[in-house]
Amino acid sequence: MTNPIKTKNKFTNIGVYTILTLGALSMAIPYVCMVITSIKPIEEIQSYQPSFYVHNPTITPYKELFSLLPLGRYMLNSLFVASLVTLCNVFFCSLAGYAFAKHRFYGRDKIFLLLLSTIMIPYQVNLIPGFIIIKNLGWLNSFYALIIPNMAMAFGVFLCRQYIMSIPNDLLDTAKIDGCSEFGIYRLIILPLIKPALATLAIFTFLSQWNSFVWPLIVIHNSSMRTVPLALSVLNSQFGANFSMMMAGATVVTLPVLIVLLGLQKYIIEGITMAGLKG
Amino acid sequence: MPSKKGILGELIEQRYSYLFIAPAVILFSIFVFVPVIASFFLSFTRYNMLSAPVWVGLDNYYNIFFKDPRFWKALRNTTVYAIGVVPVGISISLLLAVAIDQKIKFKNFYKTVFFMPVVTSVIAISVIWKWLFAGEKYGLINHWLMKMGISPVDWLMSPTWTLPAIMIMSVWAGLGYNMILLLAGLQTIPNTFYEAAEIDGASGWHKFWHITLPLLRPTLLFAVIMSMINSFQLFEQVYIMTSGTAEGAGGVLDCALSLVAYLYEKGFQRFEMGYASAIAYILFGIILIATFINMRVSRSRFEY
Repeated sequence: MTNPIKTKNKFTNIGVYTILTLGALSMAIPYVCMVITSIKPIEEIQSYQPSFYVHNPTITPYKELFSLLPLGRYMLNSLFVASLVTLCNVFFCSLAGYAFAKHRFYGRDKIFLLLLSTIMIPYQVNLIPGFIIIKNLGWLNSFYALIIPNMAMAFGVFLCRQYIMSIPNDLLDTAKIDGCSEFGIYRLIILPLIKPALATLAIFTFLSQWNSFVWPLIVIHNSSMRTVPLALSVLNSQFGANFSMMMAGATVVTLPVLIVLLGLQKYIIEGITMAGLKG
Repeated sequence: MPSKKGILGELIEQRYSYLFIAPAVILFSIFVFVPVIASFFLSFTRYNMLSAPVWVGLDNYYNIFFKDPRFWKALRNTTVYAIGVVPVGISISLLLAVAIDQKIKFKNFYKTVFFMPVVTSVIAISVIWKWLFAGEKYGLINHWLMKMGISPVDWLMSPTWTLPAIMIMSVWAGLGYNMILLLAGLQTIPNTFYEAAEIDGASGWHKFWHITLPLLRPTLLFAVIMSMINSFQLFEQVYIMTSGTAEGAGGVLDCALSLVAYLYEKGFQRFEMGYASAIAYILFGIILIATFINMRVSRSRFEY
């Protein structure tokens, strides 16, 4: 690792640690505040000034929350949608990426350029016709609406193609001579070699699906089909003033992701940054 | 590429290639290409999803630009938001990135902490900040303001302070991503430049200004453009933080109405699909123009 402006003395060092620690504190405080408020009895919120100390911790906000909303069901919905969309993206994007990288076929570059150019288009442009299409297909309030339109992302195809291009052609030719089928080459040679790219794609897709809000807001109007962010937003519009319960809701949504971040921090930070750079 | 076999023969020979790209291409055609084109045509129609679309030519665009003060309010709010959030966010991120790039302990710990908001749902972030910004003495931010002797503000109920509150939150939420991005850029700068500068007796500030900043330009430009595109798409934060304060999607007196919030209100609350499509295309145009300006400005300002 490089260190551009070398820290020469204790003074600069203290400055660096001060900046980072202040920054880290400002990052952490809202989360700490969220968890603490979620276990505070409502009387304490109303009678004391905001403080990080809880006199009588309680789980009432969580009980209230789970009795109002089938949050377990919503988490399963989100998990199901995010997992399936991730699997499909990994499969379809790598398959297409392989063909675009290593096959020669009529119209290849034009089709690829067309795919790539859609990365620039803001999603809001597709929102209205997308909604009309889903409505006409009769898919409103269904898993189809949440899953099928998201099964392949242009960015994923691009990422896989870039990665696969660096695989030497000799490897593929040898396999072909040995009688390996096209799908066999994909499954036995390409897939194992592009695991890092697939991990990036998977992390990026899963997180963006888990946190996805606008599309579900538009195509899901039925309460049993809600995803977690949608449920939190409904809770906000109905019980926004019940802060301890809202914080319980935010904690339930946020904590799983933060735990995953802690466990896989290296991959997630690298993955999302790479996804951003390449996308 | 066409050969003696003719195009049909080629197509048959290349059937695996087409089979492999088929799922992605078909999905794309239905859910991206068709909508982009449909949206363009819809923007010239009046369509409420109950009766067939009626062609109205440029009426939607004319009404938006000349007869719709709410559109201008949304454009103004979104621009103020972008102009505030992008420079402040990128500057703080750069400071953090340079700090984390030093020889320090707990590097990964800091990175992880700064990255938390990046993986947190925007909805959850907005809900948390709604609580921090809560009025009177209850919210943490007002509590601290009072401790510092500043009179508290009813952030999310006041037309003046709602947008600034959303901006503060967005700067906070974007720091981690921009910092990691800029850090990746910093790490591509070869150490030899700094060593040479040191031999010439350059100070830390000189090195930052004359080596780091120019060499970081491509990454910086990328971060600014991404951050700006994101800013123009502001929606969820407004939707959550102003919920319940007023009719419509923009809070009291539309004080935080953003372009996308307005698009959402027109399209999915009032079902004026043609009008909303026109707003979507205007947004697309604004993003393209802003990206273009950014690239031009950054090119002319530091040519090396």
